[in-house]
Amino acid sequence: MTEPIAAARAPLLELAGVELAYGPYRALFGVSFGVPERCAVALVGPNGAGKTSIARVVSGLVRAQRGRVEFAGRDVTRWPAWRVARAGLVQVPEGRSVVASLTVEENLHLALDHLGARAGRREALERAYGLFGQLAKHRRQLAGTLSGGEQRMLALGRAVAVPHRLLVVDELSLGLSPAVVDELFAALGRIRDEGTSLLVVEQHLERLLELAQRMVVVGRGTVLGEGPTSEVVRLAADLFARAASPKTAEARRRR
Amino acid sequence: MTEFLSYALPGVPYGCAYALMAGGLVLTYRASGVFNLAFGAQAYVSAVVYAIAVAAGWPVGWAFALAVVLLGPALGLALYVLVFRHTRTAPPLVKLVPALGLMIAIPGIVQVLIGTSIRVPAPFILRPNHVYFEIAGTPVSGEEIGTTVVAVLVIGALALVLRSRRVGLAMRAVVESPRMAELNGVRSEWVSASAWIISSAFAALAGVLLAPIYPALGASNFTALLVAAMAAAAVGGLQSLPLALAGGVGLGVAQEVIGGYLPSGTVLSSGLRPAFPFIVLALLLISRRSLRRDDRTEDPLAGCDPPRASFRPPARLAGVAVGGRAVGAMMAIGLVVTAVALVPGNWEFTFTQAMILSIVLLSITLLTGLGGEISLGQAAFAGAGAFTVGQLASHFGLPVLLGVLAGGAVAGALGAVVSLPAVRLGGISVGLLTLAFALLADNMLFLYPWSGNGASGLSVPRPRFGSVSFAGNGPFFWLSLAVLVVVAGALSLLKRGTLGQQLAALRGSPTGAASIGVDVRRVRIVVFTLAAVIAGVGGGLYASLQQSVSPNDFNYQFSLIYVVVLAAVGIYTVAGAIEAGLVYTVALQAVGDLPSRFGSLLALFFGLVALGYVRHPEGMAEYAKSFLLDRVEQLVRFAQGRRSTETEQV
Repeated sequence: MTEPIAAARAPLLELAGVELAYGPYRALFGVSFGVPERCAVALVGPNGAGKTSIARVVSGLVRAQRGRVEFAGRDVTRWPAWRVARAGLVQVPEGRSVVASLTVEENLHLALDHLGARAGRREALERAYGLFGQLAKHRRQLAGTLSGGEQRMLALGRAVAVPHRLLVVDELSLGLSPAVVDELFAALGRIRDEGTSLLVVEQHLERLLELAQRMVVVGRGTVLGEGPTSEVVRLAADLFARAASPKTAEARRRR
Repeated sequence: MTEFLSYALPGVPYGCAYALMAGGLVLTYRASGVFNLAFGAQAYVSAVVYAIAVAAGWPVGWAFALAVVLLGPALGLALYVLVFRHTRTAPPLVKLVPALGLMIAIPGIVQVLIGTSIRVPAPFILRPNHVYFEIAGTPVSGEEIGTTVVAVLVIGALALVLRSRRVGLAMRAVVESPRMAELNGVRSEWVSASAWIISSAFAALAGVLLAPIYPALGASNFTALLVAAMAAAAVGGLQSLPLALAGGVGLGVAQEVIGGYLPSGTVLSSGLRPAFPFIVLALLLISRRSLRRDDRTEDPLAGCDPPRASFRPPARLAGVAVGGRAVGAMMAIGLVVTAVALVPGNWEFTFTQAMILSIVLLSITLLTGLGGEISLGQAAFAGAGAFTVGQLASHFGLPVLLGVLAGGAVAGALGAVVSLPAVRLGGISVGLLTLAFALLADNMLFLYPWSGNGASGLSVPRPRFGSVSFAGNGPFFWLSLAVLVVVAGALSLLKRGTLGQQLAALRGSPTGAASIGVDVRRVRIVVFTLAAVIAGVGGGLYASLQQSVSPNDFNYQFSLIYVVVLAAVGIYTVAGAIEAGLVYTVALQAVGDLPSRFGSLLALFFGLVALGYVRHPEGMAEYAKSFLLDRVEQLVRFAQGRRSTETEQV
């Protein structure tokens, strides 16, 4: 059943039985899946399924209470976020994903100063600006004054400028116009083609059909299904349809 | 010109110390959102350690290294690790109370450990009173050269470091969002810790620089230093380091110049010099737009933190809730009976004091606990009430009970006046404004013969009502109890009523409250005024109980102590205020009865509050109650479970 690519290599990122609670509120109930090397994995599920929580656990923003997170063969479960980032797991968080009070170029410098530049600093900056032409025009502008799409572009540009092995992208399309989303996903495709692994949290299934080789479906804090996109997308679509139908919502409330 | 310089130059060392301290305040406020009121105490510790080391025969260089290079940063790191690391996402009150606790605890602990008679030490460079050269005919002494050179060097070094791209960008990123900074590979904890280390070293340096200049090494001098630094930090809008530094120097010089030109011998001249920084602080708070709102950019990754715990007690089994309330009522009645019938006479007086303190504390419950406005000046409103009673009784022969009401009215009017600028501010700024008001009252307002009558104070008779006299401690006890019951009852009703609902909405989100039709400005003014009225009534009663009052009874330090004590016991409930008044007064009395070496117990208490408050911002009493009720509930459930299984078996 599993795709040959995935079977051939040990996963770059692996979660095993991850449990997470925010104070008294439990969010993840034993999540296990892997992201193979050089593979784009989509993480899909309805609202409140725990997708963002998974992204946060992976990047060290929150710490799992139980379970293990392994990245590139190392146990990173208890690592702080800065250490995970320095190991090459770069996250583009949901919503405003840049430092608003720094300019575009300062945002890039900040990351390059602390995560290191892939080649020289100049080349790294060129890489970031090369990903989206319009970023260079706003070099000296405060990142907080960029449009939502441009902020996401800056975050992606920052990610490709620093040494990275896995890019975790949380809800890239949230609140953006379809045209901008097209542009961002095209860039994600280019990043994938250069050999970077991707873990993409997304609500729009149709955008993922082309990008993601594998798909992990989550709901209510657990993994409901996992496999090659073509095989699992049906499950995800059903789940979304059910979550949207009033009848099941009613049933859930009664339970 | 010569005259001006002769006034201005002695102000330079003060100005440099203010600037150092203000720089530290701005740095920690930016990096961790904490307005560290304990910096004055930290400066005091370093100054004392320096003085002791010098007195013990250490070379001044070594003493300086110990006090400033070692102790200052170590204390800052300890405070960060133990307390302020955990308050990053906490509401303003939770950030403030530990700092207040430390501000009170540290000098107390130092005095217990070391004693109060500390010799003023030698400066570590240049002789203080030796004239090295003259500017335009004005002699320039060693202290002026020394402090200026050191301050400029240190501040310059900090500016250079912050200018460097690597450090500067990391700092700005952490200020906005530590987590976003971490995603960029920045070790946020280190950046915040460095800010605390550097700013604490600044405070220590300011302390050691000023130690040889002060006539005596008293903690109050260093509190004054802190307040002046607060004003300087406000010059920079709590944001800009260069402006804060300039403000510090300017303030130090202006203070001396004003002191020099004013005619001596009046309240205005003796009071204005120390009060000058507070006036500046108040004016800045009112006029500077950037201080009005807490305009830090919101952290986009705030969702990573667990949601804030509610301060509402959780829903319980009906029987447990009623039982808990019944036990509470029985304890209250038992306490009253004990106080009247069973304990010796001086304790009756103590319990009366406790109840009057509870009334004053209830004003903070209303304003801060329910209203969410931090007030660091409630003792001044109590003082206004007390002095009104005294003045009316002695000059117009007004009955004391009427006087108490008039005192409430006068305090309320003052509260309304203070509230007008205060309602435009948010968070810590309201606290600073009320603190400035309290300091102004201490240093000027209460010193006039028509108000507090300075150090000699006023005498106030005990009240009479028709043929009933409250001259004895027994009747006065009942009078105080009646007033307490009325105030507490009114507050409970208010909490449940429309105003209480509006306050709850306001605490959650002022914008949200405004959007559902709450007149935010009006509600805030009303709450401020009401709280001042309650404090004024409490102050009036206190005056009549003590039969003589002076401004020292309403010193600004009491305002701070009240907030810390109340927050520690429970600031969100009416019962909390009564418990806090009782606990604090009885503890004070008990410690007073013990041998003097136990005097450190209270200071220790404030230190513990500072450390423990972050974990239980609902207060010790509320925590203890819910802990006990949780256990009871578990037992009840357990018993019920057993009974139901037994019936199943049958």
